Amino acid sequence: MSEMINLTIDNVPVSVEKGTTILEAAKKVNVKIPTLCYHQDLCVAGNCRVCVVEQTGSDRLLPSCAMPVSEGMDIQTNSLQVRTARKHVIELLVSEHRADCTRCYKNGKCELQELASEYIIDEEGFIDLLPYKNYTIDHYSPSIIKDDSKCIRCQRCVRTCAELQKIGALTVAYKGKDMKISTFFEKPMFEVVCTNCGQCVNRCPTGALTEKTYIDRVWDVLNDPEIHVVVQTAPAVRVALGEDFGMEPGEIVTGKLAAALRRLGFDSVLDTDFSADLTIIEEGHELLSRLKGALKDKNPNVKLPLTTSCSPGWVKFIEHAFPEYLGNVSTAKSPQQMFGALAKTFYAKKIDVDPSKMVCVSIMPCTAKKYEADRPEMRSSGYKDVDFVLTTRELALMIRQAGIDFSSLPDDDYDSIMGESSGAGVIFGATGGVMEAALRTAYEIVTGREVPFRNLDITPVRGMEGVREAVIKIEGTLPEWNFLEGVELKCCVAHGLSNAKKVMDAVKAGKVNYHFIEIMACPGGCLGGGGQPIPTNEEIRKKRAAAIYREDKNKPIRKSHENPEIIQLYKEFLHEPLSEISHKLLHTHYRRRNRY
Amino acid sequence: MEDVKQKVKELSLKYGRAEENLLPILQGIVETEGYISEEAMVEVARELDISAAHVYGTTTFYSFLDTRPKGKYVIRVCKTISCMMKGKNEIIRELENVLRIKLGETTHDGLFTLRETNCLGQCHKGPAILLNDVPYTDLTPTKIRKIVNDIRKKENVSN
Amino acid sequence: MQQKKLKRLDLIFKDENDVADILQKTYSRPIEKVINDLIASGLTGRGGAGFPTGLKWKLTAEAESDEKFVICNADEGEPGTFKDREILTRVPYKVLTGMAVCGKFIGAKQGFIYLRGEYKFLIPQLTVEIEKFHKILDEMGCSFRVEIFKGSGAYICGEESALFESMEGKRGEPRNKPPFPTTYGYKGKPTVINNVETLAHTYSIFKYGPDKFRDLGVQNSPGSKVFSVSGDTPIPGIYELEFGMSLHKFVDDFGDGDSKAVQVGGAAGFCVPRKKFDKITIGYKGKLSGNSLPTGGSMMIFNSSRSMYNVLHNYLDFFVEESCGQCTPCRVGTQQLLLGIEAVKKGEKPSSYLDKLLKLAETMRLTAKCGLGQSVANSFESIVENFREEMIY
Repeated sequence: MSEMINLTIDNVPVSVEKGTTILEAAKKVNVKIPTLCYHQDLCVAGNCRVCVVEQTGSDRLLPSCAMPVSEGMDIQTNSLQVRTARKHVIELLVSEHRADCTRCYKNGKCELQELASEYIIDEEGFIDLLPYKNYTIDHYSPSIIKDDSKCIRCQRCVRTCAELQKIGALTVAYKGKDMKISTFFEKPMFEVVCTNCGQCVNRCPTGALTEKTYIDRVWDVLNDPEIHVVVQTAPAVRVALGEDFGMEPGEIVTGKLAAALRRLGFDSVLDTDFSADLTIIEEGHELLSRLKGALKDKNPNVKLPLTTSCSPGWVKFIEHAFPEYLGNVSTAKSPQQMFGALAKTFYAKKIDVDPSKMVCVSIMPCTAKKYEADRPEMRSSGYKDVDFVLTTRELALMIRQAGIDFSSLPDDDYDSIMGESSGAGVIFGATGGVMEAALRTAYEIVTGREVPFRNLDITPVRGMEGVREAVIKIEGTLPEWNFLEGVELKCCVAHGLSNAKKVMDAVKAGKVNYHFIEIMACPGGCLGGGGQPIPTNEEIRKKRAAAIYREDKNKPIRKSHENPEIIQLYKEFLHEPLSEISHKLLHTHYRRRNRY
Repeated sequence: MEDVKQKVKELSLKYGRAEENLLPILQGIVETEGYISEEAMVEVARELDISAAHVYGTTTFYSFLDTRPKGKYVIRVCKTISCMMKGKNEIIRELENVLRIKLGETTHDGLFTLRETNCLGQCHKGPAILLNDVPYTDLTPTKIRKIVNDIRKKENVSN
Repeated sequence: MQQKKLKRLDLIFKDENDVADILQKTYSRPIEKVINDLIASGLTGRGGAGFPTGLKWKLTAEAESDEKFVICNADEGEPGTFKDREILTRVPYKVLTGMAVCGKFIGAKQGFIYLRGEYKFLIPQLTVEIEKFHKILDEMGCSFRVEIFKGSGAYICGEESALFESMEGKRGEPRNKPPFPTTYGYKGKPTVINNVETLAHTYSIFKYGPDKFRDLGVQNSPGSKVFSVSGDTPIPGIYELEFGMSLHKFVDDFGDGDSKAVQVGGAAGFCVPRKKFDKITIGYKGKLSGNSLPTGGSMMIFNSSRSMYNVLHNYLDFFVEESCGQCTPCRVGTQQLLLGIEAVKKGEKPSSYLDKLLKLAETMRLTAKCGLGQSVANSFESIVENFREEMIY
């Protein structure tokens, strides 16, 4: 056990491990010190100074987020001096912030607004600094809006981009009064190395970084009787949406989600989990065909390791950072885009709707999906395959606008066809899920038997470790796959782009020899996506992940290839995996982008 | 642009390809190119394998690392307290007249850029300027006019 | 101009031609004795903060690490300060000697001089001096090396942790403390960072012993101090004087007969009005309280023709630009103070707004991340409180 430090906080004695900060110690005695620049996922910056506290005997106030406890400290978190200073700091932040709250997308969800309200920041504040500043509002990106006039320079976004994601699309530029959060040469986010992952959006305390919203566009089509609106919901949405209605993180709201969507007026309520199962079939066969090419045919042009392609943040990242490895990325489209391409072809025909009168909306935990839907490659149905992408947060807002009492909604089901899914489709929402789902199917194709894990739970690929490796030995192969007999399939799972970079650096350096790599741009996978409810942090991600695996366990069908609707789809439309029509609709290609 | 690439390569070879050498490399670029262009920053990012935004953020932090082209001779007039007391405004007025530009601008012939700067550490000899890297102190409007004219003469002769 | 009778010292600028001897002598002594001398001398940092130099070296020596550094802080950017430039020009070998001894003591093989960009013109001469010095070290079989690291125009880089960040290729933004440089400095390694003048003083202590040094100055502020005198004085320049001098005496010696105020310690320092001249002495004793003011050595005199509003405006303008911008109180606070006094002057805000600004300045002192933001309150409060009418009318 490590050394314990004794101190008092607001006269309450507390004993904590050495290295604990005052902020953490205060939590133990039920004192919540307000913070702004602090975020559990990020390194400590200590620059907003909202969390200052008084230490008896010190002639300065201490930033509680950055200051480790020391023996005998006597901390006051609510003295007159602290309250005065804190109010000043909040007033200062308000003075450089466009406090146009009622016209702000983050109204009611802004951390600065909350503090300003707590500390009664009124007209008597300081001089409004905005007239003295040149600020820009960047709305060129299909995913993210960056409004400098609302920025309070807490640098959460910069730390997110640099540490968590190792992208560095955002930086702090200039100094003094001109200091601001900027991209390279103040270019639009759209033109730089930004992956649109939206992790910065999820952490921005104000309305300076928000998703670009398409809510009104979606209302327009919902209210147009000529248009058939199809909606799909990503796996991770159902384990997080409840949070925006006051439910505990990790509550599964699949049934309420379907019910709410129907009430909102969507004509077909379908599920991305269905196309996640489809992705597994296509990507699983792609993996097997590459293994065959490399191991049996010894074809030097076959690229291994194969990496997943469902995360559009990851795809854009590799296009920028490791373009020489684009041949390693699965050509299979993401579930969202497979869904869109099928909705306006297979499904439209099935329900007898003119695809030009069909609009496809998707509900995603993700901001990068908005960008993905906008990619010029994503029009294989002859139309824009996915018309509008809404984040989990935007959907919550729509549900509120519609006056739906979400928490008390009775459960409802998805429509069919393209509404059924297996547990394998569900776990796409968690890091390691695509790997697990793919292995459940691929192993069975090759051996005719289930993967040798109890309850099909491939636990080695689960968890929150940034990079995880697993080796699956293939034994007892069917005759046509006998070249895989005894082969140890080397798998790697990484989540968060900093871990993605680690893995790709290792691949590039020849230090590792994987066959298959699953990468998700966001920490925790899609359940920790940039479009998920705020706040998102380690603790919440774990709860959402647990819910996802619970949902998997409760599904009667656990393997993608056993999804009856998938079987039907191949029978009626696609014929077989990697067929000509699936190549046309379900596969794509990538483009090289600048690394710097 | 190829020249800049070459220059950045040379500098990163000279100082090493670690992030800690960013400042000397940027200073080296300013020394030969006069400023750090977008292209130069991308090259630096490539050489050191750091984000271009980081290069931009660092560059813009330092007043002497310009991101825009400037004149061959940069006149930085100290505007801090003792130089202000000793008449830096008259020096600036004189320079604006002689150079026919305003503070912050560059002459059409690309010869001079006129700037203000914070304390030069010549407080006992104000008003003071830096002409490129060299300080000139105890200035008067007459003296500064002569400094400018001498440069003009020199440049005409050498042209 | 008649030179008045000044008690000027000649310790730091005295040209001593015995670098090799001093190094030999110091190196041959048990290193604990050298450090004990330094501690006994009572030498404190001459950059303005006044931390005991011997203790700093000792703490760094005790820190465990495979690599350590000695850094000479020559990022002299405080308005009204120019002494370090003079020291580096006239007696650079003293600074280098201090660095080498420190390196030996703490176990550092590499030293750096962080030279502000504005002093780039010093580099050719300084390089020659460093090469000469390296030769002396070589002859003694000592591998310690000193390199110049150039700044690029950022006042805040004089703050030690910002200086490290700058040397590491980053924006010069101060770090959270703790950890302190003695355990976590340049590249995260234990680092001694001393002001130019502090290092130069160590030379005298090694040469003459701690007692002679202690004999100068007052009890709690031993030694001499190099002052940069500017403003309304007939004799601006560099002066080495004893600590403990009263401001009254100083103005007698340096003023033009019409001195209205003295700014002690630069823009980050305090403004003392005429009526308080005889109550103030210069030294580190008692820090901000009592009647003694610490100083990095900047002494700026204002006569009655000067508008203290203009003076304060100039300082605030400086801080608004030179704040690194990362912490709220400094980034926004400086802008509010500047716009605030402008608004009061123009009559857009009532004079009572000055009281709100005074409270804000106090918050900046209490909450800013580093010395820059904290010390803005010094000049603001001392000028507004002492010259309130000038702020309004």
